[in-house]
Amino acid sequence: MNQTYGLIAAFDTTPDLYHACAKVRDAGYSQWDALTPFPIHGLDAAMGVRRSKVPRFSLAGGITGFCTGMSLIFWAGAYEYPLIVGGKPYFSPMFAFPISYELTILFTAFATIGGMFFLNQLPMHYHPVMKAPQFVRALDDRFYIVIEANDPKFNATATRELLARAGGKDIAEVEA
Amino acid sequence: MSAHASDSPAPAILAEVRPVVLPRRVLVENHRDFHWITEKICGIVEGKTPAWWWWCFGLAAVVASFTVSGLVYLVSTGVGVWGHANPVNWAWDIVNFVFWIGIGHAGTLISAILCLLRQKWRTSINRAAEAMTIFAVVCAAIFPVFHVGRIWFAVMPGWLFPFPNANGIWQNFRSPLEWDVFAVSTYGTVSVLFWYIGLIPDLGTMRDRFTQTGNLLRARIYGFFAMGWRGSNRQWSNYEMAYLILAGISTPLVLSVHTIVSFDFAVSLIPGWHTTIFPPYFVAGAIFSGFGMVLTLMLPLRAVYRLEDLITQYHIDCMCKITLATGTMVGYAYSMEFFIAWYGANPYEGFAFINRAFGHYAWAYWIMIGCNVITPQFFWFRSVRENTTLVWILSIFVNVGMWFERFVIIVTSLARDFLPSSWGYYSPSIVEIFTFFGTFGVFSFLFLLFIRFVPIMPMSEVKAVIPAADPHGSSPH
Repeated sequence: MNQTYGLIAAFDTTPDLYHACAKVRDAGYSQWDALTPFPIHGLDAAMGVRRSKVPRFSLAGGITGFCTGMSLIFWAGAYEYPLIVGGKPYFSPMFAFPISYELTILFTAFATIGGMFFLNQLPMHYHPVMKAPQFVRALDDRFYIVIEANDPKFNATATRELLARAGGKDIAEVEA
Repeated sequence: MSAHASDSPAPAILAEVRPVVLPRRVLVENHRDFHWITEKICGIVEGKTPAWWWWCFGLAAVVASFTVSGLVYLVSTGVGVWGHANPVNWAWDIVNFVFWIGIGHAGTLISAILCLLRQKWRTSINRAAEAMTIFAVVCAAIFPVFHVGRIWFAVMPGWLFPFPNANGIWQNFRSPLEWDVFAVSTYGTVSVLFWYIGLIPDLGTMRDRFTQTGNLLRARIYGFFAMGWRGSNRQWSNYEMAYLILAGISTPLVLSVHTIVSFDFAVSLIPGWHTTIFPPYFVAGAIFSGFGMVLTLMLPLRAVYRLEDLITQYHIDCMCKITLATGTMVGYAYSMEFFIAWYGANPYEGFAFINRAFGHYAWAYWIMIGCNVITPQFFWFRSVRENTTLVWILSIFVNVGMWFERFVIIVTSLARDFLPSSWGYYSPSIVEIFTFFGTFGVFSFLFLLFIRFVPIMPMSEVKAVIPAADPHGSSPH
């Protein structure tokens, strides 16, 4: 017999899912997730998900970009090949600013997207829940809660009862 | 992310003052549900290719071939095939570059600035508008790359990108033209990334639908680009944050790009160019022209694919009003330029503006005024905004007017500069005209591919703005 990845339960409306998530959160589960076709307002709080860490990557990227622009222009113009153009100084933060500004944005974008992929563990072309027959509606019009079997509180019967009490429908096992 | 405002109970004061509940405009008409939205948007990509698409695609390819032939002729013969000569050494390429880049700006405005301002009506038009941005940047990039004639210089070290040339000399980082290289390439890159990030959840939906119907090749292709997206809320949490940050950085980006484009002119000493009003004036004009193009593209799309429930009259109203606002700002800038030319008491500046309005290029100036200042004023009237055909026709005038704005600014100032003995009159050569005409084909070619293969609306975002998406039921808050 195949190992179990966890239990999946379906919900038809966003309020149903929202309240069910709050119940699963209060039951103390940690290895679980909600699958939704679109981001739902306030669901992070209902699930107890903390604020995303993506901004840390963005900040690091932005600082790197700005420093890259300034130091590139300083190094090239005032150190590597000093050249007088139009009687202007070899280096000034004024004329280096537009390029540094653009590089700040460029590097922030790379870092934000890279950070998002890293934190979301993407690309991940295979995941057990994708094999579940219910999954086709997860990105269409239905909402799911998946509780993983490796959650310390997981218990095949108790977890199934919790999901049923929270209003979950078509509760099924997901193969690992 | 912080909890939604409606998570906390309503403040007690509300019971006392009893504020009027303002009705919110519905963003999706006829109470459509989630599944309807999926079927509608995916159906466009999954269905059989309509006959009109092939006709338009063929026509676009023919028109695009004008650009290709024009560029091949230019590169094989030399830049002399363009009509540039003293004193106007720089006209057609930069006019078209600024025109196309400006068009792109509305896409970023819709996707970034309206996202930050929580204008939910942006959801049904932002995908197509961002695609428009990317394709407009492609068309814009053709001109600066090819105007050097020997295009291999555009990618060789020492010319555009920061590598020293064969003599070890670096680019002139003091030059606005070099700033432009960074601004436009950053803009193109970030626009593509922003667009792609928005696409990931919808590509996941497409992947699952193709998997279910057994079309495994397409499931693989869409699945590859969907990166294994599975709509988990822990992913959405990071995704939403990343999207918000991208919107936050795209806003200063879009403002800076056209500011830097305007520096190409404002930093020079030519009368009519050397003005501090240029950056805000160019940005307003860019958004104005971009919204003109968004209307030009979205109204036929709405009619052909019967998207009236998703692009409602409210959406058209909003777009018309932004066009009106930015068009009026542009009109204000035109009059302020004249005022400053007089008030500044610089004879060259004064002459440049009198010459613009009444000189050899007066015809172009008055086309510009007619299209950019007068056309948008029709959008004050609800009856005009509700007449889709008329809105579409007016949007064409906006596109024409903004092209003439760039032509007027660039050509009139160069044709009559400080030295009367070198004054001239610039007319484009036939090669230039065809090359520019062809870029509309290039743009349409890319846009038609987009509407055939990519979901034209962000399903996940449209679903999130219908009442059923609210986890607190339909209680107003």
